[in-house]
Amino acid sequence: MSATYQPGVAAPSADAASSPPAVVVDRLDKTFKLPHNQPHTLKERVLHPFSSTTYEALEALRDVSFTVPQGEFFGIVGRNGSGKSTLLKCLAGIYEPTSGAVGVNGRLATFIELGVGFNPELTARDNVLINATMLGLTRKQAAARFEDIIAFAELEQFLDLKLKNYSSGMNVRLAFSTAVQVDADVLLVDEVLAVGDASFQQKCHDVFQRLKDEGKTILFVTHDMGSVERFCDRAMLLEKGEIVELGDPIPVGRAYNEMNFGRRTVTRPGEARYGDQHDAEIGSLWFEQGGQRVDALAFGEPAAICSELWVHETMEEAVFSVGLRNEAHLPVLRATTEWQDDFPNRLEGGSHYLVRLEFDCWFAPGRYDATPALAHGGRAEDIVDMREGLGAVLVHAVRHSGAIVDQPVRFEIESA
Amino acid sequence: MSAPAVPALPWLPDREAAGRFVRLTYTLAVTEWKLRFFNSALGYLWTLARPLMFFAVLYVVFSQIAKVGDTVKHYPAYLLTAIVLFTFFAEATGNSVQSLVDREALLRKIRFPRSVVPLSVCLTALFNLGMNLIAVTVFLFINGLYPNPRWLELPAFVLALALLACGVSLLLSSLFVRFRDIAPIWEVVSQMIFYGSPIFYTVSQYGSFAREMSLTPFVAILTQMRHALIDPTAPSAADAAGGMVYLLIPCAIIGAVFLLGVWAFRRASPMLAENL
Repeated sequence: MSATYQPGVAAPSADAASSPPAVVVDRLDKTFKLPHNQPHTLKERVLHPFSSTTYEALEALRDVSFTVPQGEFFGIVGRNGSGKSTLLKCLAGIYEPTSGAVGVNGRLATFIELGVGFNPELTARDNVLINATMLGLTRKQAAARFEDIIAFAELEQFLDLKLKNYSSGMNVRLAFSTAVQVDADVLLVDEVLAVGDASFQQKCHDVFQRLKDEGKTILFVTHDMGSVERFCDRAMLLEKGEIVELGDPIPVGRAYNEMNFGRRTVTRPGEARYGDQHDAEIGSLWFEQGGQRVDALAFGEPAAICSELWVHETMEEAVFSVGLRNEAHLPVLRATTEWQDDFPNRLEGGSHYLVRLEFDCWFAPGRYDATPALAHGGRAEDIVDMREGLGAVLVHAVRHSGAIVDQPVRFEIESA
Repeated sequence: MSAPAVPALPWLPDREAAGRFVRLTYTLAVTEWKLRFFNSALGYLWTLARPLMFFAVLYVVFSQIAKVGDTVKHYPAYLLTAIVLFTFFAEATGNSVQSLVDREALLRKIRFPRSVVPLSVCLTALFNLGMNLIAVTVFLFINGLYPNPRWLELPAFVLALALLACGVSLLLSSLFVRFRDIAPIWEVVSQMIFYGSPIFYTVSQYGSFAREMSLTPFVAILTQMRHALIDPTAPSAADAAGGMVYLLIPCAIIGAVFLLGVWAFRRASPMLAENL
């Protein structure tokens, strides 16, 4: 164990470059020992003093190093079990690092869970004062800020109600209001934004914006790529306890989405196939982005649908088309070579072709499938091969407007 | 990465951290106490009820049936005072055993000095002792015992007992995290301490072991309590132990238990959150 906590003084300085970093994590490892059968009693221990327990080592964090400068809003993302919360708890000093060091410069406040220590039998007033003390305020400070806390939570009428009579939403509002009153230079926040109704969420966002403007350093764990993009200056992606990506929030958010959807191959059982496939056959179909075969597309980026054609007999007027449907089976894209004058109509018999359809991926996040079709031109009914839903893809985005298609738009305003 | 300029988990006992420690302990203790007190209309009566009922039973058994108390001056007063002091110790230690596990949510989510938890339990017991001592004082008046300068020794007994209770609480609560049978074991030990201490009898009834027994903290405290509060003609702790100097032994035991508790707790403390 080599955790080192060195005393230091937070140096609030206008010149961020010269001030020490707010958070330093240096080659942090955290391994949990999960005993296979732990003797949970003194009796067992006395009866079998030499039976050694076997452990399963769970490496929750492996060689994690990063530095967060003062005043930065730093996002930590990752799938469940990737080590986010363990990292936060190591930073908070709740867990002891197995090796490596963590350091926090300045006063630290941790919001791992809201309303920890709230007692349902006590009134809101008592609970706020207790919780504020737990979080590090003095009694005087807590009493002085009490009005603000209650006003922010909008619970003025319910001050002397026991907490057990509160709705869960009121509970959370009270807890959040108390938590944000705490003075700290560095805040560790674990997914607390997803609380309350829409108007309260807006208030929470405002608070975070305010904290950001005040130059607080915030480490923020979330699953919501929208808030990562909105608030974070930088972000970090953890997977299996290791840093996968660290830097600008947008690529990190994208990497997170790819991690969630990308490695999964989506196949459709029982595809319907039409045509006699005598003159030609459609082989496989896949999606490409950035020159690579992918199973998931990043929103807003150029992408391509690729399909193989095996032509047996020469086709003079071949027409290739592709349709893309969303989950609701609504067509969102249909393109045919008929509309493109420079596309060669003639396909040689005995050849192997690769067709690419390039498009910009403005489709809403979700699952899509592609249906390629090959036909003799001019005779629309004469389908050679059509394979319904041959390929499928997921589109992921950090934003979601709710519309089927999110093409790039731009507002302008002028006084009229 | 260069040597990280990394500081400031408030671990060093600076003034701010010490202030927070005291505030937290006090707040938790008051909360716990309030909950017990104000949750039922008869809160205070209930906290009194236990030692009083216990007193009534023991009084009937040992003074009316077994006639143990006949030779002891002001036996009921002595019995009640001793019970109240023992109740404090038993409550503080007994409630501490599971205190860390009961507050798991807190320990896993917020960083604060972990020893706050068992110490706040002891403080709550101390508040209860204060309330019970009010009743005891009334009872002493009824029995014709009035305040005199020797009563000023009372805080010293309480302090000694509190130190002992804190040491045991720290030790037991940290052990309980790993050994869950500490709780029933301690219940039995606690009973043994009760019957082994001069609560419903006096130190002279140990017979030939009286002197050796007087060197243990409980016997010394209770003996001195009897001398100071109840009956000045009864032997003091120093008399029973065979001289002032020998009182250093019970004091040393209390100190050792306290330090052992602190040591055990500090050792277990860093890994507490994940072992819970």
